[in-house]
Amino acid sequence: MATLELTIRERIAARPARRASRLGLLFWLAIGWMALIFAVAIFADLLPLPSPTDMDMLEKRAAFSGEHWLGTDGLGRDELARLIFGARTSLVVGLCAPVIGVVIGGALGMLAGYFRGRFETLVVGCMDVLLAFPPLILALAVTAYLGQSILNLTLILGVLGIPAFTRVARAATLTLSRREFVIAAQALGATHARILLRELLPNVLLPLTAFFLVGVAITIVAEGALSFLGLGVPPPEPSWGSMIGEGRESLDIAPRLAFLPAIAMFLSVLSFNLVGDRLRALTDPRQGTL
Amino acid sequence: MTVPALLSVEDVAVDLPTPRGNLRAVDHVDLKIAAGRTLGIVGESGCGKTMLSRAILQLLPKKARLSGRVLFDGQDLPRIGAGALRRLRARSLAVVFQDPMTSLNPVLTIGTQLMETLREHLALDHAAARARSIALLAEVGIPAPEQRLKQYPHELSGGMRQRVAIAIALSCEPKLLIADEPTTALDVTIQAQILDLLAREQRRRHMAMILITHDLGIVAGRTDEVAVMYAGRVVERAPTPKLFKRMRMPYTQALLAAIPKLDAPPHAPLPAISGRPPDPTQPLDGCSFSPRCSHAGVRCHREKPVLRDVEEADHHYACFNPLEVAAGLGS
Repeated sequence: MATLELTIRERIAARPARRASRLGLLFWLAIGWMALIFAVAIFADLLPLPSPTDMDMLEKRAAFSGEHWLGTDGLGRDELARLIFGARTSLVVGLCAPVIGVVIGGALGMLAGYFRGRFETLVVGCMDVLLAFPPLILALAVTAYLGQSILNLTLILGVLGIPAFTRVARAATLTLSRREFVIAAQALGATHARILLRELLPNVLLPLTAFFLVGVAITIVAEGALSFLGLGVPPPEPSWGSMIGEGRESLDIAPRLAFLPAIAMFLSVLSFNLVGDRLRALTDPRQGTL
Repeated sequence: MTVPALLSVEDVAVDLPTPRGNLRAVDHVDLKIAAGRTLGIVGESGCGKTMLSRAILQLLPKKARLSGRVLFDGQDLPRIGAGALRRLRARSLAVVFQDPMTSLNPVLTIGTQLMETLREHLALDHAAARARSIALLAEVGIPAPEQRLKQYPHELSGGMRQRVAIAIALSCEPKLLIADEPTTALDVTIQAQILDLLAREQRRRHMAMILITHDLGIVAGRTDEVAVMYAGRVVERAPTPKLFKRMRMPYTQALLAAIPKLDAPPHAPLPAISGRPPDPTQPLDGCSFSPRCSHAGVRCHREKPVLRDVEEADHHYACFNPLEVAAGLGS
């Protein structure tokens, strides 16, 4: 009897350990990098940094020094400060745009998947149109018409992200609303709103959250690409994309000016992808017995 | 029947439009069930058992067309409107589904799912709902109910999950419980436990129960009346003891004969019903069982037999050549 109890206790103790190791070291490194980026972006104003927009024409492309840890750029602005304030831009756009996508797209997708019929046809049709529209042209048109600002940039990238979230939400809802727990809820007298919010939403949130993190990574790259092309954040404001664009001019003399923001962006995007991918694998219904 | 019926299904037909044409899933079925009684609905896969139960609950697929009347407590369910139907479903009707894997929400805890129903429909506060959930789980035979409240469906076994599904169904004291093949997804030992649990709770709460199954052996000891369905129609209906003592419809006998018997000699062939059920999109002129029936005569292929009580008032069957001998097969 005693030995039996012992083995059971051991097995229970072993379970959390296995779960932790399943996430892997890389996952925690990614989380660490994300935490660091978030921390410096949030507290950028409190850090003892030189202004990211103050130019010092005497110290153009200065090398690493005690005064400028990562040197200065082509206009003599502190590279580290620009990187950190650029992280702010990247994260604000990178987080807000997918939020627009996940809220609107998720809602549309769930409604389409649950109610089916003509509404679904309409939503899917609209999303196909939006997907078929060249994103760069749309961004160009909107910035030309409304002007360059972080808000406009976020809105464009958010709207462009809607179709993907709609598809994820609709696909999940389609399979889930066939499950008997939805019929069981109906049989217990639940309203449509209740079924959508209480029964389906918690289920759909799993794939949506995982896809949200991938969406953040995609958006950071997209913001970088637009800023690189000069369509993103207006010039004095730093952004990783525009920093790479500016560094391109002096690639032969000071390649670090393009590589430092590129490395920051690479690590951030990799982190979001890794975390998103691992979470998706964890919530994959094929692995668990959902 | 002297007792007024709690549920009476009158001339109900369900049509499903399919690409191959109209599919008549339920073909003019009449059924009655009184409070506190158990009705077994038996038939092979695809004979319309589930569609009939969905028709009673008004949970048919959107495209399906329903005709006839479903009277519950004097109200015609297809015509009482969404709000009244919702209130009725909440308090008086309940259903237990076949597969407990899919009938519980995988991402909500057992407690959330149970308490939500209680708080919504019985207007209990959190503490009262919790206390009642624990009591309900204990009633359906779940050990350590307090800890179960915090668990998710995937942490429970199939039998446990079905018990939870039954607890949720019973939570609002329904007057009618529809159990749609409640044990098909479970193994045989759990099957008996779940059926006993359903029977016990049914007697205790004096609720009516419709037990839908494809296994005549299940209904034998646990129902008051049995309706045998074939191709969307009720082909034989009788009080359970009478049906098993003297079945008149060849299909019922064939169904019973197809149950493997423990005392059969080794390697004895299982008398399966030859052929396949008729294509429901192409209705036959004659009896739908005639192509597979060993007793079929000329008339069976030409004319549809109606469900009638011939010798006894409560034994209905739809057959021109009923079995004369007592079946006496037992189960």
